[in-house]
Amino acid sequence: MPASTSALPVPPAEVADAVVVEALTKRFAEVTAVDRLGFRVAPAEIFGLVGPDGAGKTTTLRMLAGVLVPDAGSASVAGCDVVREAELLKTRISYMPQRFGLYEDLTVEENIRFYADLFGTERRTREERASRLLAASAMGEFRRRLAGQLSGGMKQKLGLTCALIHTPRVLLLDEPTTGVDPVSRRDFWRILYSLVDEGVTVVISTSYLDEAERCHRLALLRGGRLLLCDTPANLKSRMRGEVVVATSPRPRAVRDALARAPGVLGALLVGTAVHLNVDDAARIPALEGALAAAGVPCDSLLRVEPTMEDLFVSAVREAEEAAP
Amino acid sequence: MSSTPPGVASVVVERLVKRFGAFTAVDGVSFGVEPGEIMGFLGPNGAGKSTIIRMLCGLLRPTSGRALVAGLDVAREPEAVRQHIGYMSQRFSLYADLTVLENLRFFGGLYGVEGREFEARSTWALEMAGLLDRKSALTSELASGWKQRLALGCAVLHRPPILFLDEPTSGVDPIARRAFWELIQQMAAMGVTVFVSTHYMDEAEYCHRIALIHRGRLVGLGAPETLRHHALRGALLELVCEPIGPALDALHAAPGVFDAAVFGSRLHVVVASAERAHAELPAQLAARGVRCTGIRTIEPSLEDVFVQQLGAREPQPGSPP
Repeated sequence: MPASTSALPVPPAEVADAVVVEALTKRFAEVTAVDRLGFRVAPAEIFGLVGPDGAGKTTTLRMLAGVLVPDAGSASVAGCDVVREAELLKTRISYMPQRFGLYEDLTVEENIRFYADLFGTERRTREERASRLLAASAMGEFRRRLAGQLSGGMKQKLGLTCALIHTPRVLLLDEPTTGVDPVSRRDFWRILYSLVDEGVTVVISTSYLDEAERCHRLALLRGGRLLLCDTPANLKSRMRGEVVVATSPRPRAVRDALARAPGVLGALLVGTAVHLNVDDAARIPALEGALAAAGVPCDSLLRVEPTMEDLFVSAVREAEEAAP
Repeated sequence: MSSTPPGVASVVVERLVKRFGAFTAVDGVSFGVEPGEIMGFLGPNGAGKSTIIRMLCGLLRPTSGRALVAGLDVAREPEAVRQHIGYMSQRFSLYADLTVLENLRFFGGLYGVEGREFEARSTWALEMAGLLDRKSALTSELASGWKQRLALGCAVLHRPPILFLDEPTSGVDPIARRAFWELIQQMAAMGVTVFVSTHYMDEAEYCHRIALIHRGRLVGLGAPETLRHHALRGALLELVCEPIGPALDALHAAPGVFDAAVFGSRLHVVVASAERAHAELPAQLAARGVRCTGIRTIEPSLEDVFVQQLGAREPQPGSPP
């Protein structure tokens, strides 16, 4: 150890990171739910765990919240080791499970008061905070309504309000917007971004790829493993080939005519359009030629930005080709 | 769809109304759906989507107006209507502690599909779901994509011409989701009419047409492409700015800006004129100490359209009916 540690410019990265996960593993009987997972989350970052049911999102969050003990590997959240310092951890984080424990026979206000008592929030702060959260989620007029009489979306927003009645350093949210409509979902995200402005770090899981684009960075999970981890923009630029959308009065005929055309990696019927994964958008004139030759009408062939779903499917295919 | 004779619609809804006491859940909704069409229902929680679907399924009697499903009036012949529809909701339709085949048999019994017809239909369903060699497996042990295709098999065992899907691919692997929609689109191509109700644009994109429902009324109807291109008032820009908080405040105050929302490290901004915004916004932001390093016009998503359409219709007391 050097004597003059104060001369060292910056602390090591692991001290600064809000979440550090290394080779984290959890098995249930013969199923490996989380398989040597590793990632870091910077302070005031919104980090998304994205993947289908069974990808390991909930198990990971439960380990980060200190309510499930890992079989191997390590995780530290808000500076606490999730196994050795689980008690201290609970004072620094807030964890909102998929089914947040609301009391259906208590009103909105009473639920908030209950959680404020539980977290030991001071009376003065709690009033101010509760009002601000209820206003931000457009729930101010429902203060006296019984929680059991709220719609699914409002229940989720009340859950978030209760989870945020104290000021956590790290917020862990497990699929908080499931069953929530797009308008309420925007309210929800507005609240998250305002917390991030205050320095709170958010780890959030979702099975919806359109929602994932709102995170600063994403971990794409499948079968307990990390497929990719990066910003949404970088992930998209990494996608193999390009996406070209064909619109036609006869989309099925377009799909059949182009599915095996040179350079076409995949063709997918999506409503009234066909999404083509093409190695190079420069092939568009050739594709138009192929359609004309087959006598299939087509209104337009346009290159579009890939969606997160396009990217996910492409990443899974590549992973499967690499490790048969 | 082009082979459908004009005027023949498998679902016709005319001025449909449902009141619960003083509350009007569905308020004069009219639309028609052609055989083989995939129709999406989008709307906030409590907008009236499930009330409409329950009336179309013959489970709830309309207060007034009329709904014809496969030519049958839902108020007069609810039992007959139920024989013509299949209903699938991923969360509620399967028994986890029954095997795959037992689930099929249960639904077969429910719909009166028995004997040789059951043999043929269950084999078809198992093949379609890719479960032929797993028919004795417990349903709880299946991966979500398989469960969902099994649920679809159960819902269409009795060959219903009309199928209702409630958030059908929620939580499903994107690869399995694509396989599922491939099946649905095949059924539609054979003439099955499909209703999908969802909150997610991942699912809405697969519909031929989308109905936006808000406060019991139909507020928008059209193909996803059409809604994306024509239903948004103004243009959508993506901005890369630093710092984001002050940028948001500045944008909300800027003239010609309808809305601004954070998307990760970027901002989505709806403006009256894209040209004007490209020319003026960077300077307006700079005046507030915000550095704008990127600005470009992007294609609105269905969600952008949806949120704007509903936002524009927020409570306006005293507005005419």
